[in-house]
Amino acid sequence: MAARGQALERGPVIPGGSSVAYRTGDWRQDRPVLDLERCIHCLFCWLYCPDSAVLVRDGRVLGIDYEHCKGCGICAAVCPPKAKAIHMVPEGEP
Amino acid sequence: MNALPTRRMALVGNEAVALAWKQIRPHVVAAYPITPSTQIMECFSQYVAEGEVDTEFVPVESEHSALSACVGAAAAGARTLTATSSQGLALMHEVLYIASGLRLPIVMNVGTRALSAPINIHGDHSDVMGSRDAGWIQMFARSVQEAYDRTILAVRVAERARLPVMVCLDGFTLTHSLEPVEVYPDEAVQAFLGEGPTGGSSLLDGEPITIGPFALPDVYMEFRKALADAHARALRLLEEETEAFNAHFGRDLPALLEPFEMEDAEDAVVTLGAYADVVEEAVRRWRERGRRLGMVRLVVFRPFPAEELRRVLARTTEVVVLERADTLSGQGGPLGIEVRAALYGLPTPPRITDAIFGLGGRELRDAELDGFLEAGPRGRVVYLGSKEAGDVPEPA
Repeated sequence: MAARGQALERGPVIPGGSSVAYRTGDWRQDRPVLDLERCIHCLFCWLYCPDSAVLVRDGRVLGIDYEHCKGCGICAAVCPPKAKAIHMVPEGEP
Repeated sequence: MNALPTRRMALVGNEAVALAWKQIRPHVVAAYPITPSTQIMECFSQYVAEGEVDTEFVPVESEHSALSACVGAAAAGARTLTATSSQGLALMHEVLYIASGLRLPIVMNVGTRALSAPINIHGDHSDVMGSRDAGWIQMFARSVQEAYDRTILAVRVAERARLPVMVCLDGFTLTHSLEPVEVYPDEAVQAFLGEGPTGGSSLLDGEPITIGPFALPDVYMEFRKALADAHARALRLLEEETEAFNAHFGRDLPALLEPFEMEDAEDAVVTLGAYADVVEEAVRRWRERGRRLGMVRLVVFRPFPAEELRRVLARTTEVVVLERADTLSGQGGPLGIEVRAALYGLPTPPRITDAIFGLGGRELRDAELDGFLEAGPRGRVVYLGSKEAGDVPEPA
């Protein structure tokens, strides 16, 4: 109880990085599907993703973090027309 | 009594505040100029430009930004100051609640001024009364010396209460009045204040933290209650810190309210801010004529010292509240409403008249105040010094 009271006294402060533990992936209606064979690794999707849900290592796209992707579709919209490596699929469809 | 080697200087209120800021040596000042407090920023930015103080001075593009920058700085653990007036304080309104809700010890000087419309640059308390429920401690100075003293005191109060503090000085009446001020040595100010805010959460300390996350209905109310509790505790803290200030600087500042000739008073005037001088003179005049009149000058409006006020007014028969703001509720101004609420339930309560005066810088003359105290209208709410509609000239 003392710790709880102190938490109130300190003001609304919580440990950093709490959004990692908060799974927002289940809000999704449409799911981005990435075709790595078409991907040119321009990183536009990584740059524009508002949820940091495009997984990248050493400058190359690895895939989508479906635990945090909300399905906004921005990645598919910014994917260059020549590549067309990302398209949105309604959840529940293959 | 005063053992410190003080300097006696002639300063207007704004200069005295800027000098206090220099001696406080804040880490961050973010401010935007507005009459009548512009000169605080002018003087202080000059100190910064001349290298007399090592402060990160952030000249922002609006008051909303000014207080937002202060919130960020204070969240990083910086000793943070700002100043504003009137529309500027109104523009800060949203951020005021964030500063207090996050328990950030920001100190803000307010050169109090009327609100538009009609536009008016002169003094009253409409601006700060609009902020009364925003969770800030609100102190009012009655002299330039007090504006200087309370600015220094406010930093320690803010950091120990972990609440933001407004130090209010009446626009023009104090901001632009030249008065002698006892100025303390820089080292004495630094010794009183110590290193900087401690005990709070800082964005710069070790592990990353999130300040101000979402609070849903399961905890929001507890945070608001904790803020109310912090304000309730601030009454005692203000007494302790004012005592420490007085001991350190050899002064005699009142902590919560200042009674004058109240020991045997039958009638009393309750007021706030610089007009206490005018009221005090009226009390002296009436005392010479044999009337047992006294005055209570409130020093803090938030937290409201209801118990102390009740005690000092318990034996009065007539109370006049003189205040420079209105609520437009028909119930009087903010001070009158609080005084009435504080005195409610006394076994023999005084008759209370709330006299709203001095809006938009209208002067209250001695003769007018005496006439009112002698035979003026009594009742719930009076607009003292307001002209009859027929006496207001038609636009040419």
